[in-house]
Amino acid sequence: MKTILFIIQKEFKQIFRNKSMLPIIFILPLMQLVVLSNAASFEVKNIKFSYVDNDHSSASRELISKFQASNYFNIISQFSSKKEANLQMQKGNVDVILEIPIYFERNLIKQQNTNLSVSINAIDGAAAGVSNVYITQIISGYNQSIQTQLQTYNQGTIVQAENITTIPSFWYNKTLNYKTFMVPGILVLLVTMLSLFLSSMNIVREKEVGTLEQINVTPIKKHQFIIGKLFPFWVIGLMVLTVGLTIAKLVFNVPILGNIFLIYGFTSIYLILILGIGLFISNHTETQQQAMFIAWFFTVIFILMSGLFTPIESMPNWAQKVTLLNPIRYFVEVIRMVMLKGAGFSDIKNQIAIITIYAFAINGFAVWSYKKTN
Amino acid sequence: MKRFIGFVKKEFYHIFRDKRSMFILFGMPIAQIMLFGFAITNEINNVKIAILDKSKDTETQKIIQKISNSSYFDIEQEITTEAQIESVFKKGKVKAVLVFENDFIKHLQTQKNGKVQVITDATDPNMANTISNYITSILQNFIQEKNKNNKPTYQIQTQTQLFYNPEMKSVFTFVPGVMTVILMLVSAMMTSISITREKELGTMEILLVSPLKPFQVIIGKVFPYIFLSVINATVILLLGFFVFKMPIEGSLFLLAIESVLFIVCALALGILISTLSNSQQTAMMISLFGLMLPVILLSGFIFPISSMPLPLQVISNIIPAKWFIIIIKAIMLKGSSFALIWKETLIIITMTIIYTVISIRKYKIRLE
Repeated sequence: MKTILFIIQKEFKQIFRNKSMLPIIFILPLMQLVVLSNAASFEVKNIKFSYVDNDHSSASRELISKFQASNYFNIISQFSSKKEANLQMQKGNVDVILEIPIYFERNLIKQQNTNLSVSINAIDGAAAGVSNVYITQIISGYNQSIQTQLQTYNQGTIVQAENITTIPSFWYNKTLNYKTFMVPGILVLLVTMLSLFLSSMNIVREKEVGTLEQINVTPIKKHQFIIGKLFPFWVIGLMVLTVGLTIAKLVFNVPILGNIFLIYGFTSIYLILILGIGLFISNHTETQQQAMFIAWFFTVIFILMSGLFTPIESMPNWAQKVTLLNPIRYFVEVIRMVMLKGAGFSDIKNQIAIITIYAFAINGFAVWSYKKTN
Repeated sequence: MKRFIGFVKKEFYHIFRDKRSMFILFGMPIAQIMLFGFAITNEINNVKIAILDKSKDTETQKIIQKISNSSYFDIEQEITTEAQIESVFKKGKVKAVLVFENDFIKHLQTQKNGKVQVITDATDPNMANTISNYITSILQNFIQEKNKNNKPTYQIQTQTQLFYNPEMKSVFTFVPGVMTVILMLVSAMMTSISITREKELGTMEILLVSPLKPFQVIIGKVFPYIFLSVINATVILLLGFFVFKMPIEGSLFLLAIESVLFIVCALALGILISTLSNSQQTAMMISLFGLMLPVILLSGFIFPISSMPLPLQVISNIIPAKWFIIIIKAIMLKGSSFALIWKETLIIITMTIIYTVISIRKYKIRLE
């Protein structure tokens, strides 16, 4: 036990004496949390909207004013020809072009039928889909109001068409605040990356610099060395979590509906798992460059497949099965359930069980494959 | 020159003999492109919804039929009471519940207005919003078709044209993004680490006292990574082209030149990082947290820049990856010529020059 304490002391000293690492460990991740939480959003707003009005009638002006009134669209400019508008779209200055043909109003009134054409820059397919929905909503809303107007005017009586009103209601996040959703997820990402990278590079570093040999010839036991090495990172992981949760609460006003100790309990087990993976990587690599590279490779895949940015439900079936092997997936799920939905122990007991088994398996394997002799 | 070639050879051996890194270096782009192409999408597909139909009439049946026919939604279950909604959401599978009011058909026919409530699990606000919008437009469609039978009056018909990516494939945005991230990784991160490695192991001293000029040492170090980056970029483009049918509308030559330019820019950034850090760990942490995450998140790779708060939109301008992504998308999907992207190109060139100048000033040929 005493030996472990000495190793831990040595490790902490080594970490805290490295002046350039300290800010990187504590300040950078938190800056990331603040910056990235603002950036990570699939919301589509400020759509760069432009129009070509060939009709210049009161009907066309009214339609355009509907777009002006919407929060989703930024009216960038008005073009006199479609050709010019297309060029601007190619340059990337506009994303949507609404073209109002000549005689738009006259056809609407006389022939009861008129056309509009809309061009959307669909390079970002998902965003284009959303823009399209917004545009359709505005146009059909306008169409309905014009129908009632004209019918009253022509016939003197209101012949109302049947209509369905949808009443949306958003549970757990009434204002659709995207940060509430992203902040817990990004916190998971930072805690994971930091502890995985630091732990996977740590032992390799001793190998590379040659000091591992010195430790191997001492009477320090394998498990003492490993615990001593990993414990500081476990503590750092929990510290980063604490600061992160504080920022989430104070800066972003993210609700913490569930029990905060549940999050800490889960994170403690989760960190053991992550540190185990780090240890495993360090056992099987020779240089820090390799270790970092492998760690990066797996984190990227884990992050992408974790449901952090894109919903797991949208993935094809086989991919959904693959995510069951992904530790980050469970942490993201748990932190969101506990913080945002107020889930209790019984709601997340499956995830806890899986992570615990996983942690034992990985660590057992990592310790077993660690060799003091060459 | 001969000395220099010898040095470059040494570097190549260094890299190619490291089998694990090689494996990842070439496996990574392939794995990422495949994931983005096949698994990861923010499109809405087969969302599980539940129905609470208090009216149970012919119209609601037709609507439910129409919704379940769309590829967006799968009707997971029908529930009977409002109290069940909460428990259905807590289980986490169902993302939305559709509630038809009592006597829906009667309200629709006599008052000309039927009400449907769409309750969504908004823990993921974006998805909730999209689901809500999609359901609304399905209902609007339904009612429009129904009214058509009466008599079309004062109809505005909208023809929508989707430019550059008519099938709205998300892989088209991901291919340029993955390419940028991989090039950044290989060029900036690997270079910075491999240079600091020599410092940390003490072999930099040997190189500094050798007759090689300092700039030869640096160029020799980055040269193999240029080579690797070019191979990676080619692999990604081939995958995009053949597996995901991503078009290359513009000039291939222009694309190649711009890619090399970006690689050089990333290398300059890598050299800059290595002059600022004295251990591999520091270099890695700077590249990772100061470089990779912003490249992934602030470059418009995954999240649209125009939706970000203004300060971040401003910051995103100093990230070279943003400009490169704009360039690749313009060349590949829009078929733009150089005249349309010279501004972006100029920005990348300027950044490269700035990084290089700072590195040269900071580079120490003497040990402290």
